[in-house]
Amino acid sequence: MSTALLYAFAGTALFVVGVAALILQAHLLRKILAFNFMGNGVFLVLVGLGQRSGVPDPVPQAMVLTGIVVALAATALALALARRLLDLNGEMRLPEEEIVRDRLDV
Amino acid sequence: MKTLLTTTVLLLAGVLGVALGWSMLDLPAAALQLPAEVKTQLGVSGVTHPVTAVLLNFRGYDTLLEIAVLLLALLAILVLPQATPGGDRGPAPANPMLQSVARLLTPLMLLVAGYVLWAGAHRPGGAFQAGAVLAGAGVLLHLAGLLPPWASPGRALRVGLAFGLLVFIAVAAAVMLQGNLLQYPPAWAGALILLVEACLTVSLALVLAGLYLALTDTSVQQ
Repeated sequence: MSTALLYAFAGTALFVVGVAALILQAHLLRKILAFNFMGNGVFLVLVGLGQRSGVPDPVPQAMVLTGIVVALAATALALALARRLLDLNGEMRLPEEEIVRDRLDV
Repeated sequence: MKTLLTTTVLLLAGVLGVALGWSMLDLPAAALQLPAEVKTQLGVSGVTHPVTAVLLNFRGYDTLLEIAVLLLALLAILVLPQATPGGDRGPAPANPMLQSVARLLTPLMLLVAGYVLWAGAHRPGGAFQAGAVLAGAGVLLHLAGLLPPWASPGRALRVGLAFGLLVFIAVAAAVMLQGNLLQYPPAWAGALILLVEACLTVSLALVLAGLYLALTDTSVQQ
C-alpha cells in the first residue's frame, strides 16, 4: 500500500467518525466539530489520492487550500448561529433533538 | 432503545468507511495528467510555484469566489443580533507579561507575513498563509487586551474588508477586455498576481481576524 492510499484511508476514517458523531452527538459544538472532521477527512482524501501516481498534484492541493478557508468561514458562521440559538433557547442543542431524546428515553 | 440507535449508526458508519476504502482501492488511474499539464503551462503563469499558479492563475475564479464567501460569512456574523445575557464584561484584564510578549511578537509576525506573501511566487506560501499569520497577530493583540473587539466596523475597516475582493474583481474585469475571465497576459501575469495577492492578504487578515473579533464581542448591540 502506498503512502498516498494511507492518507486517503486516514481521511476516510476521519470522515466516517465525523458522520457518526454528527448523527449521535446532540450538543451543537460537537456537531460543528464533527462537521469539521468530515471536511478535513475529505481534504485528506483529495490530497492523498491526488498523489497516488507518485507526483504531487497541485490542482487538488490548491482546491484543498481554498476549501480550508471556506470551511473556516462556515465554522465561524455556524458558531455564531449556535451562539444565537443559545441566546434564544438557553441551550446548545436543536429543538428537534429534545423530542427525539424524550421519545427514546421512554 | 438508545443503545440500539447508537449501535446502528456506528455499524452503518463502519460499513460506509469500508465501502469508501474499498472503492479507493479499486480506483482506475487518473484520466488526465494534471501535474504534467500544470508543469507545461507554468511558464506563462507568471509564478514558479505550481500551487500558486493553480490558485491565482489557472483556477483564479476559485480564489475569487472564496474571498467572496469569506466576506459573506463575516457579513452574516455581523448581521446576527448578539445578546448574550451576562456578557457585558469588557476584555479581561490582561497579564502585563502577555502584553509585552504580544508587543514583541506582532512586528515579527508582520515580517513573517510579508516574507510568506513574497515567497508564494516560488515556494509554499502566498496570500492565505500571510493573511492567516496577520489575523493571528490580531487575535493575539486582542487576547492581550491591546485590541478592542469589533462590534460594528467603521468606514475604514469596511473598506479594508472589501478591498481585496474589489481589487480582484477589478483585475478580473480589466483582463477580460482582451480575453477570458482572469486570463492574464503572460507578460503581466507575475505583477498582477503579486498585486492581487498583496491586496488579498490585507483583506483576508482583516476578515479572518474579524471572524474572531466580531464573535468575541458580547458587550454591545443589545
